[in-house]
Amino acid sequence: MIWNEARECMSRDEMTNLQSSRLKKVVNRVYHNVEPYRKKMQEAGLELADINSIEDITKLPFTTKDDLRDNYPFGLFAVPLSEIVRVHASSGTTGKATVVGYTRKDIDVWAECVARCCAMAGLGRDDIIQVAYGYGLFTGGLGGHYGAEHLGATVVPMSVGNTQKLIDMMIDFGATGLMCTPSYLMHIAEVIEEMGVKDKIKLKATLNGAEPWTENMRTQIEQRLGIKAHDIYGLSEIMGPGVANDCEYHEGLHVYEDHFFAEVIDPNTLKPVADGETGELVITTLTKEGIPLIRYRTKDLTSITHEKCRCGRTTARISRFKGRSDDMLIIRGVNVFPSQVEAALLTVDGITPNYQIIVDRVNHQDTLAILVEIEERFFSDEIKELENLQKKIEHAVHQGIGLNAKIKLVEPKTIERSMGKAVRVIDKRKLV
Amino acid sequence: MFIKQLTVFIENRAGRLEEVAQVLKDNDINIKSMSLADTSDYGLLRFILSDSEKAVKVLKDAGFSAMAADVIAVKLTQQVGQLSELLNVLSSASVNVEYMYGLTSDDQSAFIVLKTNDQNKALEAIKASSFELFTA
Repeated sequence: MIWNEARECMSRDEMTNLQSSRLKKVVNRVYHNVEPYRKKMQEAGLELADINSIEDITKLPFTTKDDLRDNYPFGLFAVPLSEIVRVHASSGTTGKATVVGYTRKDIDVWAECVARCCAMAGLGRDDIIQVAYGYGLFTGGLGGHYGAEHLGATVVPMSVGNTQKLIDMMIDFGATGLMCTPSYLMHIAEVIEEMGVKDKIKLKATLNGAEPWTENMRTQIEQRLGIKAHDIYGLSEIMGPGVANDCEYHEGLHVYEDHFFAEVIDPNTLKPVADGETGELVITTLTKEGIPLIRYRTKDLTSITHEKCRCGRTTARISRFKGRSDDMLIIRGVNVFPSQVEAALLTVDGITPNYQIIVDRVNHQDTLAILVEIEERFFSDEIKELENLQKKIEHAVHQGIGLNAKIKLVEPKTIERSMGKAVRVIDKRKLV
Repeated sequence: MFIKQLTVFIENRAGRLEEVAQVLKDNDINIKSMSLADTSDYGLLRFILSDSEKAVKVLKDAGFSAMAADVIAVKLTQQVGQLSELLNVLSSASVNVEYMYGLTSDDQSAFIVLKTNDQNKALEAIKASSFELFTA
């Protein structure tokens, strides 16, 4: 079902007109209300009169995660705090979170977008949807929740953690929809199989996002559970989950273009690439009030098409993600920069040791191991001391990135070096 | 009156232990005794050697993490209850044993290597007892 046919099936001309008028408004708002934006535009020699249509967007400077960090916490907000009804935050590269704020209208738009995603997955007001994303500063839980409520479904706010209870309730309530990360869905499927209760579940469709996954994983999970699994995309800086979602044809994720203008650029030249070519996704929030972002560089690599989809929607579609243009890793749905791991290790002894991050996927669950070369100042003739060191590092890493990592002490100079530089990250997950 | 023990960190990989032995052999260092403490990922090799200082240097040069530490070596006679008696000396002095292993033994006596949480206190307690220290 198409939730908002008027918006999702617009002709290209109508969409361009709508985007043009919304772009002018949002640029006007940030120019007047957000000093860093005004400065950037002035430095680029731009005036408001230069932005007349959506095509003019390429004249505008980019926004990056650094801008959010430099203006931490509320510096990029375009409205007074009295208008902000909620904040979310995600981890930043140096431990400082990036904070986003939402007005009441932003929350409504978000719910509208997530409702479109749910409808795209075939869910509606008669469905019972369990939201098994984390509730809290992370946008997944509350974002999914408000959207499913807006859809009119019966929402069960499970959050994450107790898989057994989730499955018990799935059976007892007759839940038909589920929102969670793809790897958590795989875990749930395994537990359902272990419990031997597959014939008792009524699950029809799932919306899965917040981490990269493959077509292969989708096919496998769909067959195992007899469901339809959909890919939902979003990032907290832009809104949270629900920026884009794939329909029943799974030929790319539909971007809600009336709210988000998507460009794909070459990350080196920063020039737009042609439809179908891979580049970095850049998003402009056309309607956001709390913290509008102009040409935000997502660092996610994808390609875009503006062709009408077989489902009837005319919105632009982005392909399944092909990686990142920076070194950010997404591990169990958590964004991790190697520099954060390094900063965490630094807290243990004051000096950065030689380390290597190894990410793998075992039974569809991400694993994180950190090899740390043993050095003189760590060394002891007692196992107890070395185990204490491991625990200290584990704790520091958990504090720093919010994930449990297995710390493995290794011999000096055994971490692979390339051109004299230690190889910091080995990602063994096969995702493309 | 301590003796030097050499500790080497080795990962659980085939051939690592052999490489350590090879380095010692190439440098004409004799192994008097050794013990291996293992975990699932790595092990700590502890040696009593003919020349610990030299061993630290050559093993480090060969890329190993190696360190010398003071341990206590005690002579026990081949009699029932000797170890129990020695441990009684230590526990009476509130000293806790971190690890211990055999150094050498023959028909009359056995030497053991001891590392405790307070080596000085342990040494004093043993000196004050009937046990003999080994100070090769």
